[in-house]
Amino acid sequence: MESIDANIDARTGVVAADGELPLFKAGDEVSVSVRYPIGHFRVPNYVRGKRGIVEAVIVPPAINNEEEGYGRNAGNKRHYYRVAIPLTELWQGYAGSANDSLRIEIFESWLEGRRRND
Amino acid sequence: MTEHAHDHTPAAELSAVPGYYEIMETAVRELLTEKRLFGPGEIRRQIEVLDSRTPALGAKVVARAWVDPAFRARLLANGRRACEEFGITFYDDTDLIVLENTDKVHNLIVCTLCSCYPRPVLGLPPDWYKLKPYRARAVKDPRTLLAEFGTVIPDDVEIRVSDSTAMVRYLVLPQRPAGTDAFTEEQLAALVTRDAMIGVVKAEMPEAKEALQ
Repeated sequence: MESIDANIDARTGVVAADGELPLFKAGDEVSVSVRYPIGHFRVPNYVRGKRGIVEAVIVPPAINNEEEGYGRNAGNKRHYYRVAIPLTELWQGYAGSANDSLRIEIFESWLEGRRRND
Repeated sequence: MTEHAHDHTPAAELSAVPGYYEIMETAVRELLTEKRLFGPGEIRRQIEVLDSRTPALGAKVVARAWVDPAFRARLLANGRRACEEFGITFYDDTDLIVLENTDKVHNLIVCTLCSCYPRPVLGLPPDWYKLKPYRARAVKDPRTLLAEFGTVIPDDVEIRVSDSTAMVRYLVLPQRPAGTDAFTEEQLAALVTRDAMIGVVKAEMPEAKEALQ
């Protein structure tokens, strides 16, 4: 999976374009970018900079709806990921069970971590 | 949940002076109508679309999942496709992830950014769902919040709070109450409340519900 060959379809030789294949997979450790762009961004502040695990890749890839809101939607399809973040990671002194977690869908451009091809 | 702390003053109350957003909505609507981009008939039609969606649709889906294991598997694999089998359309082009409650996992749904909600299956969200106390506390202190709804989750049961903020909407598949083996699908559907599909309460037998009141 780590080699560049993973971008080539074995049957057809077709090479996947940027954004067609998910950069992360279920089980990957990721963190949410700490950025504060102007506008309405669908990554709530309370998860920025927090670490979690990719639970699932949401298919199919979708238009970045943050950009779409400004009329920019050409060629920027990426995957969303359902990411699990422990509530103990989000809130210092969280009193409930250590197993309690948040699940949230985050667009690829907001996730950091080891990606395919890295 | 009329007795619940999150039920504040009625949101539908007509105030004497229209608010900022009310004025803006009226202005934009009148401009768009004036420019013939859409008409009053289309607005009314969209209201009818929304009014035709009620928790009864979601309850039918849940009851079918309880009696039909193959349907349950399809529902958990792709919530939207499975609901479409019932003729429930997804007019807003959202996908649906159905989250199954078990003996070990309790799911709760929130939208911390606004009021994203599985409208195609449940209709309009309750007012408390849209208010900040629910939105903030669902992700910060879900156990205390649930206890206020009368739902006490044991410590060995994992709580998963799904914050729907972008593309996907969520629906909780509650656990089928014990003692309902002889129930018909229709009788089962009557046990499934809107709040159970949000995850703030469990689906319960009518006796259990009455006992709480």
